[in-house]
Amino acid sequence: MNEAFRLLDPLRQSEAVKALRAILPPESVLYQQEDTKPYECDGLSAYRALPMVVALPANEEEVCRVLRACRELKLPVVARGAGTGLSGGALPHGKGVLLSLAKMKRILALDPVARIARVQPGVRNLAISDAAAPYGLYYAPDPSSQIACSIGGNVAENAGGVHCLKYGLTVHNVLRVRACTIEGDVVELGNEALDAPGYDLLAMIMGSEGMLAVATEITVKLVPKPQTARVILAAFDDVEKAGNAAAAVIAAGIIPAGLEMMDQPATRAVEEYVHAGYDLDAAALLLCESDGTAEEVEDEIARMTAVLKASGAYDFRISQNEAERLKFWSGRKAAFPAMGRISPDYYCMDGTIPRKRLGEVLRFIAEMEQKYGLRCPNVFHAGDGNLHPLILFDANDPEQLRRTEAFAGEVLEKSIAVGGTVTGEHGVGIEKINQMCVQFTPGELEMFRAVKRAFDADELLNPEKNIPTLHRCAEFGRMHVAGGRIPYPELPRF
Amino acid sequence: MRDVIEQFADRIRSAAAEKKPLRLRGGGSKDFYGEAPRGELLDTRAYAGIVAYEPTELVVTVRCGTPLAELEAALHAAGQQLAFEPPHFGAEATVGGMVAAGLSGPRRMAAGAVRDFVLGVRMLDGRGQDLSFGGQVMKNVAGYDVSRPMAGSLGTLGLILEVSLKVLPLPVAETTLKLELPQDKALEMLNHWGGKPLPISASAWADGNLALRLSGATSAVKAARESIGGETMAAAEAQGYWQGVREQTDVFFSTDKPLWRMSLPSVAPPLSFPGAQLIEWGGSLRWLACKADARAIREAAARSGGHATLFRAADKSAGVFMPLAPPLARIHRNLKLAFDPAGIFNPGRMYPDL
Repeated sequence: MNEAFRLLDPLRQSEAVKALRAILPPESVLYQQEDTKPYECDGLSAYRALPMVVALPANEEEVCRVLRACRELKLPVVARGAGTGLSGGALPHGKGVLLSLAKMKRILALDPVARIARVQPGVRNLAISDAAAPYGLYYAPDPSSQIACSIGGNVAENAGGVHCLKYGLTVHNVLRVRACTIEGDVVELGNEALDAPGYDLLAMIMGSEGMLAVATEITVKLVPKPQTARVILAAFDDVEKAGNAAAAVIAAGIIPAGLEMMDQPATRAVEEYVHAGYDLDAAALLLCESDGTAEEVEDEIARMTAVLKASGAYDFRISQNEAERLKFWSGRKAAFPAMGRISPDYYCMDGTIPRKRLGEVLRFIAEMEQKYGLRCPNVFHAGDGNLHPLILFDANDPEQLRRTEAFAGEVLEKSIAVGGTVTGEHGVGIEKINQMCVQFTPGELEMFRAVKRAFDADELLNPEKNIPTLHRCAEFGRMHVAGGRIPYPELPRF
Repeated sequence: MRDVIEQFADRIRSAAAEKKPLRLRGGGSKDFYGEAPRGELLDTRAYAGIVAYEPTELVVTVRCGTPLAELEAALHAAGQQLAFEPPHFGAEATVGGMVAAGLSGPRRMAAGAVRDFVLGVRMLDGRGQDLSFGGQVMKNVAGYDVSRPMAGSLGTLGLILEVSLKVLPLPVAETTLKLELPQDKALEMLNHWGGKPLPISASAWADGNLALRLSGATSAVKAARESIGGETMAAAEAQGYWQGVREQTDVFFSTDKPLWRMSLPSVAPPLSFPGAQLIEWGGSLRWLACKADARAIREAAARSGGHATLFRAADKSAGVFMPLAPPLARIHRNLKLAFDPAGIFNPGRMYPDL
């Protein structure tokens, strides 16, 4: 952890507080340690830093004025939604302002005919679907934290979920973002039509981790709720067979509404917790969901079943009603909390790999379990190749934390080596910043920085996240010399 | 193929050194679109071919100069498609041009646009650097999304070398219905159906007639046909009809008036301009053949919450694309500078200062 994050400068702090108090009511500017402490970390609690000041604007006008003030004082700004992120993207900057959007949590408009909702960034993901439910509509992306996570955070991370193979990511379901730039200008990216003139900055801001602009209002697309859904729970005696079965379903021309896999250690951990009735002898379980009209689902379930059988599934259960469907899903959805029961801490990875390399990557993870002496159950969005290995460890033991970080680093680099990416949906944040040096060339990283400066010339919005400096990469490279080849040989080293 | 990239990069580096504009171009099927192309021609067709295609991964990686028809034929052979149904506007259309133009066809209303299917790009920037963004996987949030914004950038940010696209299975069943409806009623029904779980994959209204295409599982198409009603179009006729809408060979498009592309919220009320209209995408895309004042058309589009593009016209002096608000225009200029510091890529093709 960088020492610079911890040092508090009292003069700088009083300057910031004074400027913010000129804009916000006193209760919306927090700077006493007991008040700022709740903001010291997001969902990745292994990384913590106290923010110098916390600002809680209540509307777009206040957000713009706060940003303008921060720019004048050259204060770093870290925007934060519900703080459920898993990559430290909302880790505060010790010399900057933590900008919480939590007060902006109103659904401003919901038009069931146009099928859109206009909401403030602090609105919870699930609250949108709840509000749309009376009209037979919902907001499709469903990250597993949807009960708590905010739509502003979803935009910042381009959040996915278990249904995104069929229904898309946040980028596919947001029509417009109103955002404040660091200059305090409001920009509208996208509109209520299906496209907008100019460059597609709406796509660019998705997943940009609060580093380009701060979203103040988001217009999302609502889609009709499928009439019905059923899920097949298929058991395999071999993980690779299960991976191949997932590929076979897609090869048959079927896009399942959900296609999820769990290996045996994951299944055993969750079964103890939720009693979903999973087969504990199976090497892997596959959940394969169909949704649509009753006739459509019946057709598709029959086609899926035939493919899974031909792919070597030795047991099937097909949900007969909604209660059973939810029961089959309960284990998968509770995978993360279940790990919390069998281990003091767990570290969730988020690489995406081409599905055909699954067997190889799982074998690699098993080797790493031996190498580092840590257990690592796997849950897998099999439809889109997004793998969540969960390393179990005890954060109170610094030695275990060190081994966990090294384990995770190797798995992320393996994801890159097989043609994938270090992060599918959780973001880079502070957590995977070193692996960005492996995934991208210096030229690509420089282009990312240039993109940032196109929006934020002074690099004040969420600095030191997501995109590593070449200097940082050079330092990281010194520790990770792969195959005798020093990365970034052209850079000076100190 | 390495040498082709080197040749492109050399061209770019010397053009940048001399500050001489380059006109990046595939087959030229979309030369008519946007502001007038200028600069010395750089033909991208030398860099062609499918790099990798994995039907079970739903991903294809293609070189820019590949004929679009060749890519679509390869996908169809595996029972898959580009679900956004891009218009070719000529047999010479290339994949690079398809991405750079960013235009999508009838199925866009259900499946999404070109940008929704872009997973990654490999490109040469204005310094001739060979850069890759995104990748070949469905979910990827490493770094900023530079690849999706390449769709529709009209070659002003870089030379797209390769693109990885998500592909989808061809629908099992497809049928087209025809209903006689006046415009206001058609818009009302399209928005009503849009809120129901119906497999509508395309819609086109013109001259009192609404065509609706249903795509999906046989049972779903059958059930939707029964609930919507109307006349079923013969399969061959339907195919010809949608091809005509997609490629703008339909009789509606043989007009000598300026053709406006109005991108509006689906619930925007009927436009009050004189001139014929063809309405696609459930009401969100309205083609207007009309001689009315450009400013009036743009203001009407803006009032509805959308925008208007002067799509085809002999005289484009009114400007093709809607002007951007000043803070947005500034970000655009900064991005252009970041990707193309010497300002050599298709200058002026989108806006005069880009």
